[in-house]
Amino acid sequence: MRGRSDARDGVPIPLCAEDAVANSSQAMEPSEEVLKDLHLRMVRIRHFEEEAGKLMEQGKSPGALHLYIGEEAVASGVMVHLSDQDQITSTHRGHGHLVAKGGEFKKMYAELYGRETGYNKGRGGSMHISNVDAGMLGANGIVAAGPPIAVGAAFSNKYLARMEGRDSMNVAVPFFGDGATNEGAFHEAANMAAIWKLPVVFVCENNGYGEFTPQAEHQAISDVADRAAGYGMPGVICDGMDAIAVWEAAGEAIERARSGGGPTLVECKTYRFVDHVGLRGIGLHYRTDEELEEWRARDPIPQHEQRMVEMGVMTAEEIQAVHDAVMADITESIEFAENSPLPDPANLLNDVYTPTAAS
Amino acid sequence: MTAAEAPAGRQLVYTLAITEGVRQALQEEPLAFMAGEDVAGAGSVFGIYRGLLDEFGPDRVIDTPISESGIIGLAVGAGATGLKPIVDIMFMDFIGECMDEIVNQLAKMRYMFGGKATLPVTVLTMSGAGMNLAAQHSQSLEAWLCHTPGLKVVMPATAYDVKGAIITAAREPNPVFVVMCKGLMALPGEVPEEPYTLPIGKANVLREGDNLTVVAHGRMIHEATKAADILEGEGISVEVIDPLWLQPLDTDTIINSVSKTHNALVVHEAVRFGGVGAEIAAQIAELAFDYLDAPVGRVAAPFSPVPFSPVLEQTYVPNAERIAAEARRILGTG
Repeated sequence: MRGRSDARDGVPIPLCAEDAVANSSQAMEPSEEVLKDLHLRMVRIRHFEEEAGKLMEQGKSPGALHLYIGEEAVASGVMVHLSDQDQITSTHRGHGHLVAKGGEFKKMYAELYGRETGYNKGRGGSMHISNVDAGMLGANGIVAAGPPIAVGAAFSNKYLARMEGRDSMNVAVPFFGDGATNEGAFHEAANMAAIWKLPVVFVCENNGYGEFTPQAEHQAISDVADRAAGYGMPGVICDGMDAIAVWEAAGEAIERARSGGGPTLVECKTYRFVDHVGLRGIGLHYRTDEELEEWRARDPIPQHEQRMVEMGVMTAEEIQAVHDAVMADITESIEFAENSPLPDPANLLNDVYTPTAAS
Repeated sequence: MTAAEAPAGRQLVYTLAITEGVRQALQEEPLAFMAGEDVAGAGSVFGIYRGLLDEFGPDRVIDTPISESGIIGLAVGAGATGLKPIVDIMFMDFIGECMDEIVNQLAKMRYMFGGKATLPVTVLTMSGAGMNLAAQHSQSLEAWLCHTPGLKVVMPATAYDVKGAIITAAREPNPVFVVMCKGLMALPGEVPEEPYTLPIGKANVLREGDNLTVVAHGRMIHEATKAADILEGEGISVEVIDPLWLQPLDTDTIINSVSKTHNALVVHEAVRFGGVGAEIAAQIAELAFDYLDAPVGRVAAPFSPVPFSPVLEQTYVPNAERIAAEARRILGTG
């Protein structure tokens, strides 16, 4: 049905989330509203990233961008379940997470341009883009830095729910890659979340590569979800190229976390369509054209659109209108960013510390 | 108010002053919690948190796994989302396990986010040699922290200052490292019963004098004071300054003193090369050069790991005699 074979090794992916659904009395079926929501989030990410990549390679925006193109189903499928009170931590490939969590293009492009109007007032850029007000605790330049921070946020969520006498907790979701699970910080965070039954859903975006090194060379397992057993938490695998599959798996895990059932490790098998950095990349040949084509054939966006058309949820014209509206927003937002003021060098030292009455 | 100015009254040893500081910080702030390795059930390996679990319960006084990265990450995430974490890194040497969380996350999150995050985090940790615990449980690594924008660092060396430093840190909306001195655990001092704070970035002038300014921090303030006693008998009047806050540093108090005494000696237990004393000496050279009668002197640990054998450790750690000898050399009286 929904892209169930792993193109990397041809072995069918056991969809534990689906197994759980099959075993439950009522299967989760996305409403039309959810299908459209998933689509919009994915389209916003795709176009945002394609334009951002061009701006970098045209020399218009400074620094380096790690683009999320190809992995849109993961951020979108998870974020549909989260409110602004739920937190996420992101990675160096973080634009997609912020877009999916409701990030405004104007503030995002302005940040990539290093402008005062950006989310981080030009102090963070691509690798630290954040929106704390909406629970986005930052992209992060350090691999696996997010999970311990998400555990801290989840600790807050549990602590505050207890103080306020609430049964339902806000949830923290760290996103990280297959490579990050080789870092000690990931291990410490997963263990702490498990022993304290914190409302955390660990979402691994397994795109098959730790930077340029294939997964088979950087870890002796092919399913990152296997690691969950070592922490005494459920580990599930889903097709990260299928927004509905992610939505199902994440939904169940998030609901369990929210109601006090503790953390889950959700592994999403996905793929990065562009290079580690930028659109064109840096010319290293570490992936074959055949592999790229196999995964591109499973592009989560056309796949989702085809399904919606078949289900009668949207027409091709309506889908095109979504793309057009997103592109119009992007054009306007890039113009906003380019016309925004640069930070005043006189304010270089602002915000190193929180001011206090005494200082 | 310095320890010397505190009203005469109740005496507490350094360890119990720590306990009282944390207790009162937890009492006054329901969003504050304490977490660390063996801080709850055991009350810490140093006994400094005994009784807190009973008073505040396991939701607020929490034993963590032996996971320093996880502990600081917990503090960053909880601090950024509304709580006031007080976390313990048992031995300062263990910050090597969590330097990413300290340097790249805790210290930088606010700045990187354009001022849109607040990190009201207190980190308590025990530093210093003197207990024959060898190279991985005896270091004074405060310079690592002071070199990181975004952190505040206080190194209290009296019972009064350690309680005040903890409460100050707990009320502060920025990350503060309270670097405690394990060699002072049994040191008694006057400690008021009520909560009180220390002015951030304000040095203590422990002793006034005319001929030489000794700037010492941590456990070395006591050796510097002993040295001043020795030198007094030789007709040398020494002013002893404890910066107390190493970040931010009270440059004004140091420069004003050197402008008066015309001589300066910087003392710490940490390794001399690249230590905080190098920064203090550089600032004196920059800002008080014209007042100096001699180059700024430094007494600190040699460039070596902390040795185990008592005879070696005693040689390694600076003491009053070495401070006095360096003072005589600077003043040309030795």
